[in-house]
Amino acid sequence: MTSELITDTSPSPSGVSDEVNAKKSLPGALIRSLRTGAPVLPFLAYVSLGLLLPTIAIINLAFRSNAGKLTLANMKVILCVSNNPTCLQYRAGFETSLKLALVTSIVPGILGTLVAYAIATSEHELFKRLTAACSGVLAQFGGVNLAFMFIASFSAVGGVATHWLAEIGLNPWDHGFNLYKFWGVAFVYMYFQIPLMILIITPAFAGLKESWREAAENLGASSWRYWRHVGLPVLAPAVLGGMFLLFGSGFSAYATAEALTTGTIAITPIQIGAILQGNVLSGEANLAYALGFAMIVILGVSVIGYALLRRRTSRWLR
Amino acid sequence: MASLELGYALEGEDFPEVYSPRKWSRSWVRRVHWGRGTALFLAAVYFIVPFYAAMQFSLQDINHHFSLQPLTQIAQAPGFFAALWLSTQLAIATMAIVLVLMVPTMIYVHLRLPRFRRVMEVITILPIVIPPIVLIVGVDGVTPLWLKSSQWLLALIYVVLAMPYVYRSLDAGLGALDLKTLVEAARSLGSGWISIIWRVLVPNLRSALLSASVLTLALVFGEFTIASLDGWTTIPVWIYLTPSINPRINTLVAMMALLVTALVLMLIVSFDRSKSHNSRRS
Repeated sequence: MTSELITDTSPSPSGVSDEVNAKKSLPGALIRSLRTGAPVLPFLAYVSLGLLLPTIAIINLAFRSNAGKLTLANMKVILCVSNNPTCLQYRAGFETSLKLALVTSIVPGILGTLVAYAIATSEHELFKRLTAACSGVLAQFGGVNLAFMFIASFSAVGGVATHWLAEIGLNPWDHGFNLYKFWGVAFVYMYFQIPLMILIITPAFAGLKESWREAAENLGASSWRYWRHVGLPVLAPAVLGGMFLLFGSGFSAYATAEALTTGTIAITPIQIGAILQGNVLSGEANLAYALGFAMIVILGVSVIGYALLRRRTSRWLR
Repeated sequence: MASLELGYALEGEDFPEVYSPRKWSRSWVRRVHWGRGTALFLAAVYFIVPFYAAMQFSLQDINHHFSLQPLTQIAQAPGFFAALWLSTQLAIATMAIVLVLMVPTMIYVHLRLPRFRRVMEVITILPIVIPPIVLIVGVDGVTPLWLKSSQWLLALIYVVLAMPYVYRSLDAGLGALDLKTLVEAARSLGSGWISIIWRVLVPNLRSALLSASVLTLALVFGEFTIASLDGWTTIPVWIYLTPSINPRINTLVAMMALLVTALVLMLIVSFDRSKSHNSRRS
């Protein structure tokens, strides 16, 4: 409303002022909307070139042979529908990736919610602020630096924390722990997944109105029944939505896993990296597009799940 | 939540009898108190131990005593300065491009085209759907050869990765301004658009621009996936790939990177907070 006021009184270089004079004809409307939209064109052009075009290329090339013909062969290989024993590695990669993403979304999702609740119920304002800032910082950790931090502290030989634990007779490596295998990688991922969950879930606790608690108390509900019938149902969409987001972040992480295991853990992002680096049989180059396409599909589903649950969450946050 | 805090307050204070929690409620509060302590303690252990252990690992001399001497050895590590220079160049280029692209666009959208905000919000979600490892596959598929061999391709891709952070910072910054009044006042005093942006809006957006720049900086200095797959030795790639004379050096550089990121991000958070406090007071 006020923007129209400005455009009427002050002619602008974008030509929105023409609005007043323009006839109501279709070409006029088209030109007008083009002119209104012109200043955002550089941005749109950049996004089209930098994001849209690569995505279209992935979708297109995922269904083409190396010679450029339309084919489903790439998909057949990565999903291993043909009974070719060499293709099993990509299906196994997806299985490990999905397992890793599930573990590193459910476990940190629950732990993050508990910690966030502990923080939210604290009476110290300063402590709340400090932990909020810390979660913001820790959620940004990741990649090579994080991997090196864990190698320095938890590697079998020379790891400082391993040494501490060994001195009290609890060397984790003697009890089946391996930093460079599945559970080790999951252990490291928690370092950024838990803070991420805290960031996502904290606003949802504001949706738990104290009046509901008091109402439940007045009706004689035990705390268990309060959580069972009021607290958890209200929180559930937020927790689940957060887990969807963690799933995406765990599923697509490459740098941390690569630096930690030097590429030995067979998850899809690392297999894509190996193809791009040329560490595969010739003729498999287009498999990278097929794997990338499959990742987009899986991540798209998890983001849609997150968005739908977020809409449900916001209902209680009014 | 608030009822819980009320519970805490009641334990020591004289409140009317009506408000005092019932017995089960008291025990529940205590149980939560206990559980809260455990949860926070375990979380603190998990987050502090690896950090402290890695610091101890990287800051020690040959006799395993604490020493700051490894810090001086960073400079002698082969290739370190080349990597630092490359990362710096990329960071500056990325910041310049992303700000020149986003600042005028977002000012315009906030002022004249609010409908377009929805479209821009989508880009904050897209990097989750198309993470770096997938984006680089697509970029490899469409980039002409002359650009592929240039280091500036990295900066161009980083602009895309930085957009969500820049969008969020600027969106918050612009939302806190009375944009229309500022622009109308400046226009009625006869300034042109360039001078409005440069002399009126940019100074008002200082903290948003600062946090956008620092987040971009942190992103460029930490990005490994695209740099390594494109074959450029930026700082993270150097840490991972370069076997130095002393393996502790790589860990030390990694820890320094984490520490600097943490400090700078903390600064931004506190800066934002003090700013929002001021605006609330005025």
